[in-house]
Amino acid sequence: MYKILEKQVLSDVTKLMVVEVPQVARKAQAGQFVIVRIGEHSERIPLTIADFDRQAGTITLIFQEVGKSTMEMGTLEPGDGFATVAGPLGHPTEIEKYGTVVCVGGGVGIAPIYPIARALKEAGNRVISIIGARTRDLLFWEERMRAVSDELIVCTDDGSYGRKALVTEPLKELLEARGKEIARVWAIGPAIMMKFVSLTTQPYKVPTVVSLNTIMIDGTGMCGGCRVLLDEGARFVCVDGPEFDAHKVDWNNLLARQQFYRTEEALAVERWQHECQLDKEANRG
Amino acid sequence: MASLTQKERTRIPRQEMPAQDPVVRGGNFNEVALGFTAELAQQEADRCLQCARPHCVEGCPVGVLIPQFIRALREGDMEGAVRAMKVKNGLPAICGRVCPQEVQCEARCVLGRKGEPVAIGRLERFVGDYELAARSCPLEAHPLTGKRVAIVGTGPAGLTCAVDLGREGHRVTMFESLHTPGGVLIYGIPEFRLPKSVVRGEIDYAVECLGIEIHTDYVVGRTLTLSELLAEYDAVFLGTGAGLPSFMRIPGINYNGVLSANEFLTRVNLMKGYLFPEYDTPVKVGRAVAVIGAGNVAMDAARCSLRLQRLQAQKTGEPAGEVHIVYRRSHEEVPARAEEVHHAEEEGVIFDFLTNPVEIYGDERGNVRGMRCIRMQLGEPDASGRRSPVPIPGSEFDMAVDTVIFALGTSPNPLVFVDAEGLQRTKHGTVVADEQTGRTTQPRVWAGGDVVTGAATVVSAMGAGKRAAADMHRFLMGESTGW
Repeated sequence: MYKILEKQVLSDVTKLMVVEVPQVARKAQAGQFVIVRIGEHSERIPLTIADFDRQAGTITLIFQEVGKSTMEMGTLEPGDGFATVAGPLGHPTEIEKYGTVVCVGGGVGIAPIYPIARALKEAGNRVISIIGARTRDLLFWEERMRAVSDELIVCTDDGSYGRKALVTEPLKELLEARGKEIARVWAIGPAIMMKFVSLTTQPYKVPTVVSLNTIMIDGTGMCGGCRVLLDEGARFVCVDGPEFDAHKVDWNNLLARQQFYRTEEALAVERWQHECQLDKEANRG
Repeated sequence: MASLTQKERTRIPRQEMPAQDPVVRGGNFNEVALGFTAELAQQEADRCLQCARPHCVEGCPVGVLIPQFIRALREGDMEGAVRAMKVKNGLPAICGRVCPQEVQCEARCVLGRKGEPVAIGRLERFVGDYELAARSCPLEAHPLTGKRVAIVGTGPAGLTCAVDLGREGHRVTMFESLHTPGGVLIYGIPEFRLPKSVVRGEIDYAVECLGIEIHTDYVVGRTLTLSELLAEYDAVFLGTGAGLPSFMRIPGINYNGVLSANEFLTRVNLMKGYLFPEYDTPVKVGRAVAVIGAGNVAMDAARCSLRLQRLQAQKTGEPAGEVHIVYRRSHEEVPARAEEVHHAEEEGVIFDFLTNPVEIYGDERGNVRGMRCIRMQLGEPDASGRRSPVPIPGSEFDMAVDTVIFALGTSPNPLVFVDAEGLQRTKHGTVVADEQTGRTTQPRVWAGGDVVTGAATVVSAMGAGKRAAADMHRFLMGESTGW
């Protein structure tokens, strides 16, 4: 069992956990992910490593409760643990001194963009970060992001905090005003956000890197469930990625593939909520 | 019965193994073949002629002492049978179920020249199952040698290698990337062909007897690299098995409903998707499934699809649908084990021979709605000696399918090669290793199984693990130096 040492509730549906897994912490680099599994009956799900402490032998995971597995994860407390934490998987982010770079984090994607922004800053880049969420409650790590960025733009879709805008709006303005300066853009967030970031940067021909979070089973190059279509053919996110050139990704195919198990996911959530309800009633009675 | 003459022995018919009824089993994931009873095993053992020069042994990749274990069975000495079995094979309950005996030991049996060979595989399974319950003859290890060995991958190659080295007194540590040891025995081969309790039973028994350590959730190449293992261990064996699944280079392979047999079987077997929603990982098949390929993996995928369809139909009351095996060659070239093909046919899998997909169609939501195929004919023999299939111009036709499962083999996992510069690979991406010894181009590293041969059988991987273990032992004991 991989023990949870710390838990923070970042919002109603966003949780942070510090997990003891020295063999992963020892190797983890920005851009990599782990496969986690709660227990015997659970799925294997990929989560990007939001932070790591080699000395303490811990990694930090941040997840949003969007399905049954993440909802169940949200109920775990310090002292509980995961049955599986395997990794670090995937290629690390290619950190170099590029010049001026933009890091875009949307929703729970703020978590994985943080170590990338930090590493880019440490490598001597001028880092402009844009973080955004649907609403104020879903934002987190603003101060952390500010600490590793030369400029930080915060926005919410509903205007409840920061600027009322989608992340693509300030991004477009930056490209318009300083397009020639910007050497590279990183974007991590919901697939639909990454698609629109890609469409935004494409006319300016600014190299854009996205970190894809597809459905995976083993996460180690065996099942092929994570395959994504690029201009040059199918690639496996787990071993070829998770970062790809955004301008080469077939976004519509990616978005369609994420929907394949929607009925089953809904059924699982319904069952989970029903069980939780029964538990509550039992506790009361 | 010891008084039977040779002639009388040859007159005993080959004993059939009881099996679940095809109609009933199509709706469940329980084991199909039920195993010999003691009486059937005795009858079958009585058929063995105890040849002075037994050819059956030559046909076995791990050289099981076949006449000896059958002789003990004949004499009612179960422990003797187990002892004889374990000289060469530490995992008989597994081999008895998944080896292609008809092309190995049984193909060489003298009885097969005029009639039917001794059912060696079924007897092996009988002995293995007995021992899993009785634990009468635990594997014993020689005194510790002080040498430490790392084995990467806990599938058939790695397990066999681990057992043999453990018996020699070496300290064995195994690394598994998934959360359960067993490799393809767990994620690939379905419950109805190889119950997971049997796999777990065999592994637990061997590991306990020999003090083998298993680290799950260790992805070699990421969590640890080969260089790091070499710094810590005296020798390393790579048995990482199959890797990235192959897809055809045709349009439409990324529609929803197109998946690799690896993904499909992993969802079903490792993750127990057939028990969704009790287990969290979903698996779904449509009403018309096409499995592309005709190897053992294709049969497993087809038979799992059929069961999922029927389980679904039991819930909804709708008709179950159909499952096709689409294969570009003919029945004669089918590479799967005979029993699997037979079972698949019995259960109602439809075989479309001399047929090859050329395109997969999708609907506006990105789901598969059909597959265009072309008819094939057999032409000249190719490099493999099989007549190569050639498309018949103008013979294209459409199949209305909503699920397409590719079972076309795999190419080795690229992660093994991370931080392993000394390891040479073939143009197919497999590890270069000596066939007899398993030695790779990197000193102190051996390899065997699918990572060397590409997709093959469980028992050939076991054979490779065994040969490598023998060479590793010689090397570790200083009997064979140099590289």
